[in-house]
Formats: sequence, C-alpha cells, structure tokens
Amino acid sequence: MFDDKALERIRAGKDNWEKTTLAKTLPKAPERKPVFTSISGTPVERLYTPLDVQGLDYERDLGYPGQFPFTRGVQPTMYRGRYWTMRQYAGFGNARESNARYRYLLEQGQTGLSVAFDLPTQAGYDSDHPLSMGEVGKVGVAIDSLDDMKILFDGIPLDKVTTSMTINAPATVLLAMYLAIAEEQGVSFDKVGGTVQNDILKEIICRGQYIFPPKPSMRLTVDLIDYCFKNVPKWNTISISGYHIREAGSTAAQEMAFTIADGIAYVQACVDRGLAVDSFAPRLSFFFNAFTNVLEEVAKFRAGRRVWARIMKERFGAKDPRSMMMRYHVQTGGVTLTAQQPLNNIVRVALQAYAAALGGCQSLHTNSYDEALCLPTQEAVTVALRTQQIVAEESGATDTIDPLAGSYFVEAMTDKIEADIEEYIKKIDAMGGTLAAIEQGYIQKEIQDSAYRFQKEIETGERVYVGINKYTMEEPEPTNLLKVDMKVGEIEAAKLKKLRAERDQAKWKAALDKLREVSQSDENVMPAVIEAVKARATIGEICDVWRDIFGEYRPKEFV
Amino acid sequence: MAQERKIKIIVAKPGLDGHDRGAKLLARIFAEAGMEVVYTGLRQTPEMIVETALQEDADVVGLSSLSGVHMYFFPRVVQLLREKGLDDVLVVGGGIIPSEDIPELKKAGVAEIFGPGTPTAKIVEFIKQNVRRRD
Amino acid sequence: MQDYAQQVLEGSPRAAARLISWLEDEDERALDVMERLYPHTGRAYIVGITGSPGAGKSTLTDKLTFALRRQGLTVGIIAVDPSSPFTGGAVLGDRVRMSRLSTDPGVFIRSMATRGFLGGLAKATGEVVKVLDAFGKDVIVIETVGVGQDEVDIIRLADTTCLVLVPGLGDTIQSMKAGVMEIADIFVINKADRPGADQLYAEVTTRVEQDAHLKERAWTPPVVRTVAVEDQGVDRLLEAVHDHRRFLEDSGALEDKRRRRAREETLQMIHGELFRRIRDRLTADGELEALVDEIAAKRRSPYRVMREVIGRWLKE
Ligand SMILES: Nc1nc2c(ncn2[C@@H]2O[C@H](COP(=O)(O)OP(=O)(O)O)[C@@H](O)[C@H]2O)c(=O)[nH]1
Ligand SMILES: [Mg+2]
Repeated sequence: MFDDKALERIRAGKDNWEKTTLAKTLPKAPERKPVFTSISGTPVERLYTPLDVQGLDYERDLGYPGQFPFTRGVQPTMYRGRYWTMRQYAGFGNARESNARYRYLLEQGQTGLSVAFDLPTQAGYDSDHPLSMGEVGKVGVAIDSLDDMKILFDGIPLDKVTTSMTINAPATVLLAMYLAIAEEQGVSFDKVGGTVQNDILKEIICRGQYIFPPKPSMRLTVDLIDYCFKNVPKWNTISISGYHIREAGSTAAQEMAFTIADGIAYVQACVDRGLAVDSFAPRLSFFFNAFTNVLEEVAKFRAGRRVWARIMKERFGAKDPRSMMMRYHVQTGGVTLTAQQPLNNIVRVALQAYAAALGGCQSLHTNSYDEALCLPTQEAVTVALRTQQIVAEESGATDTIDPLAGSYFVEAMTDKIEADIEEYIKKIDAMGGTLAAIEQGYIQKEIQDSAYRFQKEIETGERVYVGINKYTMEEPEPTNLLKVDMKVGEIEAAKLKKLRAERDQAKWKAALDKLREVSQSDENVMPAVIEAVKARATIGEICDVWRDIFGEYRPKEFV
Repeated sequence: MAQERKIKIIVAKPGLDGHDRGAKLLARIFAEAGMEVVYTGLRQTPEMIVETALQEDADVVGLSSLSGVHMYFFPRVVQLLREKGLDDVLVVGGGIIPSEDIPELKKAGVAEIFGPGTPTAKIVEFIKQNVRRRD
Repeated sequence: MQDYAQQVLEGSPRAAARLISWLEDEDERALDVMERLYPHTGRAYIVGITGSPGAGKSTLTDKLTFALRRQGLTVGIIAVDPSSPFTGGAVLGDRVRMSRLSTDPGVFIRSMATRGFLGGLAKATGEVVKVLDAFGKDVIVIETVGVGQDEVDIIRLADTTCLVLVPGLGDTIQSMKAGVMEIADIFVINKADRPGADQLYAEVTTRVEQDAHLKERAWTPPVVRTVAVEDQGVDRLLEAVHDHRRFLEDSGALEDKRRRRAREETLQMIHGELFRRIRDRLTADGELEALVDEIAAKRRSPYRVMREVIGRWLKE
C-alpha cells in the first residue's frame, strides 16, 4: 500500500525515533515487561507502522465487503443495513418452561431462537436411560419425542422465527422433529429457516457429545446437508464450530485453524458424495468464540474469512461467491467469565460483543454474567441482551464497515493469524487430513498444551486475570441462583412410559424397521427419520437403531 | 527401606458432560506434583469410578462436573465408596458448583470443592495435607 | 492385622489392591503375604502385549478381554505406563479404553507406573502377576510400552508375547532394532484399516518365513491382522494365543519357561534382599556417608570398600 520511497522514509523515521525520543524515555520510564503477548501468546510489538504491512496488497488481500476474499465482511452494507441477529442460547428443564422463556425473549426484541438441549438428548439417550440419571433437563431442555418438541414450539410460528439448535450427533432427529412441526403448522419447508450445529468433529475433538464412530457420523452429517439443500433451502445445515475448541483452551489462531480444518473435511465429504460444491457450500456456516482481547479477535475473524474464501475457491473450485463466504455466529467466551466478582463479567461480555461487532459477525449470543455460577437468571439474561443492543445501537461500531481495517496492528495481526492457520492446515494435510489428525490426537494435544500454558501464566501471575490473580477480594456468598428442579427426570420418565404405551405400535414398528433398512443402504436417512419421529419413535430408540448398525465411538483421550 | 509413598489419585468425569479441559489439566498438574494419576475418561457412572478406586487402591478420587449434576453424582460416589469399605479415600470435587451446594456436599462426605479459578497449587496442597496415611 | 493372604484367596479385590500397593512400595509386610500366596500361583496364563505408544495396545487388551470373558475366563489386566523421570509422577491413561470392563467382577485392572524401573515394566510387575494369579484370574494380560531393545523384559514374564505393529508409525522391519523381532510369539498388525497395512503384513510375513528357514525353531510366530477399534480379527488373535499355549504345553516349553522364570526370580529376590539389608544397615548409623567421605577424599577406593563390606556381611 506504500511505495518503496515512502517505506524508505518511514524506516528512517522510525530508526530516528528509536534512537532519539524512545531512547531518551526508556531508561527513565521502562516498559512494564520485556515481552508483551496477546492472550493467545502471540508477541505484540511496541509500535506498528506501514513497515509491518508492506506485503499487503489492498485489492488482493482486503478488497471490498461482499466481495472475494471477504476480509472486510460478507455483506456489502454490513450493519448499515441490518444488525446481526441477536440470538440468546436458552432452554432448560422441560419443554414447557423453555417455551415460556422463548416467548419472553421474542417479546423483548430478540430475533431468533436458540435451543439448548440437555446432555441425554445430545448423546441420544431417552430421559429414562440409566446414563441419563441426574442429567435430565440440566443444561438444556429434555426432548424425547415429537410431543416434547411440540410443547417447546407451542404458539411460535415457524415461518416467522429462525431457530438455531445446538445439536450434533442426533442432529437429523431433532431437525426431523422440527420439520414435522412445521408441517403440522402448515408451513412449507422452503419457508423454514434456522441452523443445526451438526458438527461432529469438534465433539470428538473437545466437547464429548459423540455417539457413533467418525465415518457413520459423517454420513449422517452429509445426509442432512444433502436433504436440506434439496428440500429445506433456507436451512443452515451445519455450524462448524470453533467455539468449543477455544473454550477447551486453544489460542485464537488454533480456534480458526482447526475449525477450518473441520470445514475442509465436511466439504470434502460432501464432494465425495457427489454434491456440487456450489450447491451446498452457501448453506455452511460457522460458530466462533470471542474473548476479551478485542484486537486479536477482530484479526482472527478477518483472517478466517480470507483463508476460507481462498480455500473454497482454490482447493474446491467454488464459483459462487456465496460458497466462499465465511458466515458465522459468535458467542462470547464462557470460560472467560469468573465466579469471583461476577458483575465484572458484564464488562468482559461487552468488550467481547464489541469484538464480535468489529469483526463482522452475522449473529451473536452474549453470555450472562452469572454463568460461571449457575444457569442464568432472567435478570442476567436481560443484561446480556441489552449489552449487545448497546453495542449495536450506541457504540457507533455499526455505522461503518470493518472500521479497524488499515490499522497497522490489526492488519499485521490478521496476516500473522492467517499464516498460523495456513501452517496448521499444511501440517494436517500432511498427516492425511483432519480425521487422521484427530485420530492421532494431534489436534487435541495442541489444544491441551495451549490450555496448560495459559493456566501456568495465570498461576505465575504472568497474565493478569482480574478477580482471580489480581484485585481479589472477599465476597459474600452469591444469592438468587436459579436451579433446575431435580424432579424433571421423573416427570419425563413418566411421560415416556405413557407415550410408549399409547402410540400406534404397528406404525411405530414399521417406521423403525424402515429406518433400519434405509440406514443399512446408501439412501439418505432423512425421510425415514421424519416418518419415525411422526410415528412417535423416541430419540433414544432411533439412535439405538444406529448404535446397533454403526457401533459406538470410544474416544482417544490424551493427557 | 520402603519406596517413597506415591499418592494415587483417580481423576474422573461422572455423567455425560464432555468438558474435560479442567480434568485433563489437573491430571497433568497432579502428575507434575509427583502423583500417580489414573485418568478414567468421560461418561463414568459412580459404580465405575468406585470400582476403579477399589482396584487401583486409590488414595484420592477427584470428580469434575460442569453440567450441574454434582448433587446427584458426588454423594453417590462417596456412599458407594463407604459401602465398599473405602471410607478413608479422600473425595474432592471441582467444576461449576454453586457455593450454596457446598455445605450439603461436605455433609455428604466430599472433603473439599474447588470452584473455577482455584489455583491448582492450592488443590495439590490440599490433597497432600489431607490424604490418608495408608496402613 | 488383617489376613490379606486369606482375603486374596477368598477373592477380595480390596485385599488384592492393597497388597499390590505394598508390593509397589516395597513394603516389608508384603513378603509374608506373598509367601503364603505362593502355593496358589502358577495356574494363570500370562499374555504380554507390547508395542509403540498409540499402537492400540489398550484397545486390543479391552477387546481381547471381552473375547476371553465370552469364553467364560476371568481376566487380570496390568497396564504399565512410564513415570516421568523429572517429577516421579505419571498419568496412567490405559483404563480409558477399558471403561466397560471396570464394573465386570470377572475382571481386575491395575495401572502401574514404572517408577524409574527400566525394561518397560514396573519393578513389582512380576509380583503383581502372582497376586492376580492367586486371586484366581485365569488369564493375566500385561500391557507394556515400548519395543526398544531395552524394553523386552516382558518376554521373561509372559507365556505368550504379542508384538503390536501398525502401519504408518514408523514400524517397518528395517527400523526395528536387532532383537525386537525375536521377542514376538505372535505378531499383530493392528489398524489394518489404515493404508500401508498390507505392505507391513507382507514384510513381517516374509521376514518370519526367512527366519524359519535360517534357524530351526519349533514355533513359527503367526502374523495376525486386527482392527482393534472395530473388534475385527480379535478372535483370530485369541486363537493364536491358544495355539501358542497348546504348543508350549505339549512341547514342554512352558515348563522350561516357568523354570527359567523361577530361577531368575529367586536370584533376583536374593539380590534385592541382600542389597536392601546391607544398604539399610549402612545408612542406619551413618556409616555409608563416612565411607563416601573417605572415597571422595581418595583415601579409600570403592573397590576396597565393597570387598570389606561384603566380607564383613558374609561372616555375620
Ligand atoms: N484406525 C484404527 N485406530 C485404532 C485401532 N486400534 C486402536 N486405534 C486407535 O489408536 C489410538 C491409540 O490406541 P490405544 O489403545 O490407546 O494405544 P496404546 O497406546 O498402544 O495403548 C486410539 O485412538 C484408538 O482408537 C485400529 O485398529 N484402527
Ligand atoms: Mg495404552
């Protein structure tokens, strides 16, 4: 962006500054530490100048919003047109309670729903399974059958809202239930919009909600993508997630790199299935974390968009620009929240939301300040939503597109993260691809090493964490915490018993038999799953058919 | 002269929760502190954890839970340990645990609960101070 | 004091577990208990599983144990992992892959750290085998890391040693140190689902055949392909173990093996006990330090000291 002559002058100027002004100051006012690093451990220099972005080619590397390589954003007008979708992840206890919370949030101006499921649902067990003991309704809503799902969306028109469901291994089953409800509401599939997470690789890497081995899991993933592309065109078929990778302890660059590596594996699997890349790629979306280190986060998002666009174009030969766009949801960093002095978390979340906005997200969940203690209270949820509304409507960050572009630091950091991502992708390719790298434990190990390094920094005090290793204080015990009724499990179990007794047995059996047959063939399972949920087969029963055919995954554990 | 006694600790994740960042980190820290750490992995039932403690003759059982199931799992592990005659095994817990639950957990026999942000050195110290002296 | 020997014989896992701890700690109380258990040992069949880290040994052990359980046999598993030479601690992670076995009363799993003992085993491994044997386990599986030249102690302990090789981990015939190929009674090519498996299989098979030509051996190690994660080939592996056992029994080689083991063990025990007693005596009254002072000051040589100490001891 600067010609040689200008750079020459700047180099001389900087030299001069270091020898005079800086040299005079440093002995009198030494810097706080010898080396500064970002929260990810990336060195941060004293001063960035055009010298640090000499290689940058504006047209090639930054370009324009809505155009390749999308560094500056995926939409031409970004938030000058419409703010990001404000989507708060919620759902707890049983379907009826969750339904009430959804209606409340919609009344408060939220524009999309986000459903959290309890762990038995995520792991494909019914509420009365032995492994579900103590877990029912704990971290989200318990869904066993279509009846529960109907209560969950009671009075919510599925053509008016979009719904994001955090569900992976059994994503096909929950989507089938959602579609069955749309059908009952008389909403045609082409009007139904939303997202399923459907990202099994990160479950295997770090989140732990897997059921089947990687290969059959990938088949279900691709079945869902394929089905939606043909029948539910507005559905986001996968949300390739770095969020949990970051929560597990990765650096910013690792979060982006491993998520992109997962993305490559999914695209490859679809291509191997025979799908044309431009047919399904526009519906792929991503999900990232935002930590408090605003500038590094912004650089991460910008670098990610650029790398993904190039990969889609160059590696997969995508032609449609929409196939090259990295669109993503952001959630603020759960692990950054402290149980100590919880109100401080509001500030952290605000900075993180600000980073997400400056980074160009498409939707955002802001965490509640009490999340490190318990399930969020209504008050905390409201503050969280207000936080992103303030970022959107008061901060001014939304008035111009990609406002930090051209910052020498942010551009240099973007380049650095891009280089880190590419390095990782190269390594993973050399190992035989993402699945092989996961199987060898490479990705898990890298994440764990970062987590370990971070922990050590906190404990030695090298990195400050307010309320944890600095500015600590005695605190009164927190009050007003929300707890789930331990009875949810029993109630759900009783409901299941009734369901099993009352459903049309012949229809139920026929539907499961059909599912088994289809699952053993190469056919897409989705239609059979929809029929099965309509016949009131439970999530556990459907997954049991697959456990039987596909086997169960046992993880590679690394310490 | 006998060998120096090593502390043997089971690090377990009860239930379906898959967030094992803390558990794995601690496994590593305990090993660095000279302990022998048996890592069980995810999706452990109380029965599995206690059987492991029994066979390994563990001095300590460390439980980590982030999904709010501690009130079910932690007391159950203590109770099963007692049933097997392993009363002297030190049980400690960590994760996201509201402080108002702590008195009840302690009453049930959990020796200590370490919330998020506890320095790992403190956990190691607690274990070294309170671990049983094996006969 | 509780009668641990009696309790072990009656099948108390708690007593067995505690006794094993004593053995690991070299606690003197173990000696009497072991003496009483000894007459009840010698029944179990001992299988060693060795190979590089990540080869799939734990997964194989899990699957093999399942297969043995289906045949109605009880199983003891000893999983050895290295201790850190710097901290003395260890992460013992093999149980992760054997989760489902942990509540099976017919299975007893014990993880052991090497505690600085070289040879791929923990020092007490041989004693722990005896405990599990007396405890009534029909088959004892020892999982141990490493097939470097120095880590072949397993063959002295196991009746049948399985060497697990995998494609793509650098397990090629050329890369193997001399002597490693010889330790295997059975070769297992695990991860046969991976590229390169066929080639590795062919290489190993050829090598085994060549060896059979070169020197007459009564047993030719079979080469078995497995995909441990998918439970494929495990039945064939089990068959091979049974074959080897039958061979050892029929040829009298099992007798020989166990005789050799008894000889080595006895010598080792004498060695250990003698050393322990002398060391304890020398350290108890500070004599050792005084001797070291003399040696350090070059007033005496360690050779002289050694002769004197031994001489004095033998007279007593
Ligand atoms: N592809 C494949 N992976 C396997 C096979 N056997 C084991 N693994 C995987 O290899 C990794 C290491 O296995 P593990 O049993 O812990 O190896 P160990 O270190 O030798 O005990 C795990 O991720 C297993 O799932 C196999 O036959 N095929
Ligand atoms: Mg192992």
